[in-house]
Amino acid sequence: MHVELEAVRDTLVARIKGEIDLAVADELRRVIDERLKAERFQSVILDLAGVSFIDSSGLGFILGRYKKITGQGGKMFIVSARPSVARILEIAGVKKLVPVYPSEKEVLQN
Amino acid sequence: MVAGVKNWVRFDFPSRPENISFARACAAAFASQLDCTLEEIEELKLVVSEAVSNSIIHGYDKRLDGIVTLEIKLHEEKTIEIIVEDRGRGIADIEQALQPTYSSMEDRMGLGFVFMQSFMEDLQVTSEVGSGTRVRMIKSLLPGREEY
Repeated sequence: MHVELEAVRDTLVARIKGEIDLAVADELRRVIDERLKAERFQSVILDLAGVSFIDSSGLGFILGRYKKITGQGGKMFIVSARPSVARILEIAGVKKLVPVYPSEKEVLQN
Repeated sequence: MVAGVKNWVRFDFPSRPENISFARACAAAFASQLDCTLEEIEELKLVVSEAVSNSIIHGYDKRLDGIVTLEIKLHEEKTIEIIVEDRGRGIADIEQALQPTYSSMEDRMGLGFVFMQSFMEDLQVTSEVGSGTRVRMIKSLLPGREEY
Protein backbone atom coordinates (compact mmCIF):
# COMPACT_ATOMS: atom_id res chain seq x y z
CA MET A 1 0.00 0.00 0.00
CA HIS A 2 1.16 3.50 -0.77
CA VAL A 3 -0.53 6.84 -0.15
CA GLU A 4 0.40 10.16 -1.69
CA LEU A 5 -0.98 13.30 -0.05
CA GLU A 6 -1.31 16.60 -1.88
CA ALA A 7 -2.86 19.87 -0.72
CA VAL A 8 -4.86 21.53 -3.51
CA ARG A 9 -6.00 24.87 -2.09
CA ASP A 10 -8.20 23.96 0.89
CA THR A 11 -8.59 20.32 -0.16
CA LEU A 12 -6.46 17.38 0.88
CA VAL A 13 -6.14 14.81 -1.90
CA ALA A 14 -5.13 11.32 -0.77
CA ARG A 15 -4.14 9.05 -3.67
CA ILE A 16 -4.10 5.49 -2.39
CA LYS A 17 -2.48 2.58 -4.19
CA GLY A 18 -2.67 -1.14 -3.44
CA GLU A 19 -5.10 -3.23 -1.40
CA ILE A 20 -6.91 -1.83 1.65
CA ASP A 21 -7.41 -4.43 4.35
CA LEU A 22 -6.69 -4.88 8.05
CA ALA A 23 -2.92 -4.92 7.45
CA VAL A 24 -2.84 -1.36 6.09
CA ALA A 25 -6.01 0.35 7.41
CA ASP A 26 -4.37 1.56 10.64
CA GLU A 27 -1.38 3.02 8.80
CA LEU A 28 -3.63 4.80 6.29
CA ARG A 29 -5.69 6.19 9.16
CA ARG A 30 -2.58 7.41 10.95
CA VAL A 31 -1.04 9.11 7.88
CA ILE A 32 -4.22 10.95 6.90
CA ASP A 33 -5.24 11.89 10.44
CA GLU A 34 -1.76 13.32 11.11
CA ARG A 35 -2.07 15.58 8.07
CA LEU A 36 -5.59 16.63 9.04
CA LYS A 37 -4.35 17.49 12.51
CA ALA A 38 -1.40 19.50 11.20
CA GLU A 39 -3.36 21.56 8.63
CA ARG A 40 -6.90 22.80 8.29
CA PHE A 41 -8.72 21.51 5.19
CA GLN A 42 -12.27 22.18 4.05
CA SER A 43 -12.52 18.89 2.21
CA VAL A 44 -10.79 15.60 1.58
CA ILE A 45 -10.70 13.62 -1.65
CA LEU A 46 -9.89 9.91 -1.47
CA ASP A 47 -8.61 8.97 -4.93
CA LEU A 48 -9.02 5.19 -5.20
CA ALA A 49 -7.79 4.81 -8.80
CA GLY A 50 -4.86 2.72 -7.59
CA VAL A 51 -6.89 0.55 -5.19
CA SER A 52 -7.35 -2.98 -6.49
CA PHE A 53 -9.11 -4.46 -3.47
CA ILE A 54 -11.06 -3.29 -0.43
CA ASP A 55 -12.71 -5.22 2.39
CA SER A 56 -14.66 -4.19 5.49
CA SER A 57 -11.49 -2.99 7.25
CA GLY A 58 -10.94 -0.62 4.32
CA LEU A 59 -14.58 0.45 4.38
CA GLY A 60 -14.21 1.11 8.09
CA PHE A 61 -11.20 3.32 7.37
CA ILE A 62 -13.26 5.32 4.83
CA LEU A 63 -16.31 5.68 7.09
CA GLY A 64 -14.11 6.59 10.03
CA ARG A 65 -12.49 9.43 8.08
CA TYR A 66 -15.89 10.53 6.78
CA LYS A 67 -17.27 10.81 10.31
CA LYS A 68 -14.20 12.68 11.50
CA ILE A 69 -14.13 15.16 8.60
CA THR A 70 -17.84 15.86 8.47
CA GLY A 71 -17.88 16.09 12.27
CA GLN A 72 -15.49 19.02 11.91
CA GLY A 73 -17.72 20.67 9.31
CA GLY A 74 -15.75 19.47 6.29
CA LYS A 75 -16.66 17.38 3.24
CA MET A 76 -15.29 14.12 1.90
CA PHE A 77 -15.39 12.67 -1.60
CA ILE A 78 -14.38 9.40 -3.21
CA VAL A 79 -13.10 9.51 -6.78
CA SER A 80 -11.86 7.17 -9.51
CA ALA A 81 -12.88 3.90 -7.84
CA ARG A 82 -12.45 0.87 -10.11
CA PRO A 83 -15.64 -1.12 -10.89
CA SER A 84 -14.76 -3.93 -8.45
CA VAL A 85 -14.13 -1.46 -5.62
CA ALA A 86 -17.13 0.71 -6.55
CA ARG A 87 -19.34 -2.38 -6.33
CA ILE A 88 -18.24 -3.07 -2.74
CA LEU A 89 -18.76 0.61 -1.83
CA GLU A 90 -22.27 0.36 -3.22
CA ILE A 91 -23.19 -2.92 -1.51
CA ALA A 92 -21.90 -1.60 1.82
CA GLY A 93 -23.98 1.57 1.47
CA VAL A 94 -20.94 3.85 1.49
CA LYS A 95 -22.13 5.58 -1.69
CA LYS A 96 -25.27 6.73 0.11
CA LEU A 97 -23.13 8.66 2.57
CA VAL A 98 -19.99 9.69 0.74
CA PRO A 99 -20.33 11.44 -2.65
CA VAL A 100 -18.59 9.49 -5.43
CA TYR A 101 -17.19 11.20 -8.54
CA PRO A 102 -15.44 9.90 -11.66
CA SER A 103 -12.23 11.87 -11.02
CA GLU A 104 -10.53 14.51 -8.88
CA LYS A 105 -11.19 17.10 -11.58
CA GLU A 106 -14.98 17.00 -11.13
CA VAL A 107 -14.69 17.64 -7.40
CA LEU A 108 -12.02 20.34 -7.62
CA GLN A 109 -13.91 22.23 -10.36
CA ASN A 110 -16.95 22.46 -8.12
CA MET B 1 -24.89 -31.29 0.12
CA VAL B 2 -21.87 -30.87 -2.12
CA ALA B 3 -20.52 -33.24 -4.73
CA GLY B 4 -17.24 -35.17 -4.45
CA VAL B 5 -13.99 -33.30 -3.91
CA LYS B 6 -11.91 -32.95 -7.07
CA ASN B 7 -9.00 -30.97 -5.61
CA TRP B 8 -8.19 -29.35 -2.30
CA VAL B 9 -5.62 -27.32 -0.40
CA ARG B 10 -5.20 -26.76 3.31
CA PHE B 11 -2.64 -24.70 5.17
CA ASP B 12 -1.96 -22.98 8.48
CA PHE B 13 -0.49 -19.53 8.98
CA PRO B 14 0.13 -17.16 11.91
CA SER B 15 -2.59 -14.64 12.77
CA ARG B 16 -0.62 -11.74 11.33
CA PRO B 17 -2.56 -9.09 9.34
CA GLU B 18 -0.02 -9.22 6.52
CA ASN B 19 -1.08 -12.83 5.89
CA ILE B 20 -4.64 -11.80 4.96
CA SER B 21 -3.58 -10.74 1.45
CA PHE B 22 -1.60 -13.96 1.08
CA ALA B 23 -4.65 -16.05 2.06
CA ARG B 24 -7.00 -14.34 -0.39
CA ALA B 25 -4.43 -14.45 -3.21
CA CYS B 26 -4.02 -18.21 -2.63
CA ALA B 27 -7.80 -18.68 -2.65
CA ALA B 28 -8.09 -16.73 -5.90
CA ALA B 29 -5.29 -18.68 -7.57
CA PHE B 30 -6.69 -22.03 -6.48
CA ALA B 31 -10.28 -21.18 -7.42
CA SER B 32 -9.17 -20.12 -10.90
CA GLN B 33 -8.99 -23.84 -11.75
CA LEU B 34 -12.80 -23.65 -11.95
CA ASP B 35 -12.76 -21.06 -14.73
CA CYS B 36 -14.38 -18.42 -12.55
CA THR B 37 -15.45 -14.98 -13.74
CA LEU B 38 -13.49 -11.97 -12.52
CA GLU B 39 -16.48 -11.00 -10.39
CA GLU B 40 -16.55 -14.40 -8.71
CA ILE B 41 -12.81 -14.25 -8.03
CA GLU B 42 -13.26 -10.82 -6.42
CA GLU B 43 -16.07 -12.17 -4.26
CA LEU B 44 -14.03 -15.16 -3.14
CA LYS B 45 -11.11 -12.89 -2.27
CA LEU B 46 -13.44 -10.71 -0.23
CA VAL B 47 -15.04 -13.51 1.79
CA VAL B 48 -11.63 -15.06 2.58
CA SER B 49 -10.35 -11.64 3.61
CA GLU B 50 -13.34 -11.13 5.91
CA ALA B 51 -13.19 -14.58 7.51
CA VAL B 52 -9.43 -14.40 8.14
CA SER B 53 -9.74 -10.83 9.47
CA ASN B 54 -12.45 -12.02 11.87
CA SER B 55 -10.14 -14.76 13.16
CA ILE B 56 -7.30 -12.29 13.72
CA ILE B 57 -9.41 -9.51 15.26
CA HIS B 58 -12.07 -11.39 17.18
CA GLY B 59 -10.59 -14.86 17.57
CA TYR B 60 -7.13 -13.77 18.65
CA ASP B 61 -7.71 -10.12 19.68
CA LYS B 62 -5.00 -9.16 17.15
CA ARG B 63 -2.42 -11.41 18.81
CA LEU B 64 0.17 -12.43 16.23
CA ASP B 65 0.87 -15.93 17.53
CA GLY B 66 -2.48 -17.57 16.83
CA ILE B 67 -2.92 -20.12 14.06
CA VAL B 68 -5.44 -19.67 11.26
CA THR B 69 -6.28 -22.58 8.97
CA LEU B 70 -7.55 -22.03 5.43
CA GLU B 71 -8.98 -24.98 3.54
CA ILE B 72 -10.38 -24.80 0.03
CA LYS B 73 -12.12 -27.67 -1.71
CA LEU B 74 -13.08 -27.74 -5.36
CA HIS B 75 -16.02 -30.06 -5.85
CA GLU B 76 -17.50 -31.63 -8.95
CA GLU B 77 -20.15 -29.46 -10.65
CA LYS B 78 -18.06 -26.31 -10.16
CA THR B 79 -18.72 -25.87 -6.48
CA ILE B 80 -16.20 -24.29 -4.15
CA GLU B 81 -16.03 -24.78 -0.41
CA ILE B 82 -13.95 -22.51 1.82
CA ILE B 83 -13.25 -23.19 5.47
CA VAL B 84 -11.49 -20.73 7.78
CA GLU B 85 -10.75 -21.96 11.26
CA ASP B 86 -9.06 -20.55 14.36
CA ARG B 87 -8.39 -21.76 17.89
CA GLY B 88 -9.16 -18.39 19.43
CA ARG B 89 -11.64 -17.21 22.02
CA GLY B 90 -14.76 -18.25 20.10
CA ILE B 91 -18.10 -16.51 19.68
CA ALA B 92 -20.56 -16.61 22.58
CA ASP B 93 -23.61 -15.64 20.52
CA ILE B 94 -23.34 -16.62 16.85
CA GLU B 95 -26.83 -15.36 15.99
CA GLN B 96 -25.93 -11.92 17.24
CA ALA B 97 -22.56 -11.97 15.43
CA LEU B 98 -24.34 -12.73 12.13
CA GLN B 99 -26.64 -9.70 12.40
CA PRO B 100 -25.88 -6.98 9.81
CA THR B 101 -25.96 -4.19 12.37
CA TYR B 102 -23.85 -5.97 14.91
CA SER B 103 -20.21 -5.02 15.30
CA SER B 104 -17.95 -5.09 18.28
CA MET B 105 -15.57 -2.83 16.34
CA GLU B 106 -16.99 0.37 14.92
CA ASP B 107 -14.24 0.81 12.35
CA ARG B 108 -15.08 -2.44 10.56
CA MET B 109 -18.78 -1.70 10.28
CA GLY B 110 -19.82 -5.25 11.16
CA LEU B 111 -19.92 -6.15 7.49
CA GLY B 112 -17.72 -9.24 7.49
CA PHE B 113 -20.49 -11.80 7.86
CA VAL B 114 -22.81 -9.70 5.68
CA PHE B 115 -20.42 -10.06 2.74
CA MET B 116 -19.97 -13.78 3.44
CA GLN B 117 -23.75 -14.27 3.47
CA SER B 118 -24.24 -12.12 0.37
CA PHE B 119 -21.58 -13.67 -1.84
CA MET B 120 -21.73 -17.33 -0.81
CA GLU B 121 -24.74 -19.62 -1.12
CA ASP B 122 -24.25 -21.27 2.22
CA LEU B 123 -22.55 -20.00 5.38
CA GLN B 124 -22.14 -22.11 8.48
CA VAL B 125 -20.49 -20.79 11.62
CA THR B 126 -19.65 -23.13 14.47
CA SER B 127 -17.90 -21.89 17.56
CA GLU B 128 -17.09 -22.78 21.12
CA VAL B 129 -16.05 -20.17 23.65
CA GLY B 130 -12.41 -20.72 24.53
CA SER B 131 -11.82 -23.24 21.73
CA GLY B 132 -12.23 -21.33 18.47
CA THR B 133 -14.44 -20.70 15.47
CA ARG B 134 -14.97 -22.48 12.16
CA VAL B 135 -16.54 -20.71 9.19
CA ARG B 136 -17.62 -22.87 6.25
CA MET B 137 -18.79 -21.27 3.03
CA ILE B 138 -20.03 -22.90 -0.17
CA LYS B 139 -20.72 -21.44 -3.57
CA SER B 140 -21.74 -22.99 -6.85
CA LEU B 141 -20.13 -21.39 -9.89
CA LEU B 142 -22.81 -21.90 -12.48
CA PRO B 143 -22.30 -21.72 -16.24
CA GLY B 144 -23.74 -18.87 -18.30
CA ARG B 145 -22.50 -16.21 -15.94
CA GLU B 146 -21.92 -12.66 -17.05
CA GLU B 147 -18.51 -11.02 -17.04
CA TYR B 148 -18.35 -7.40 -15.97
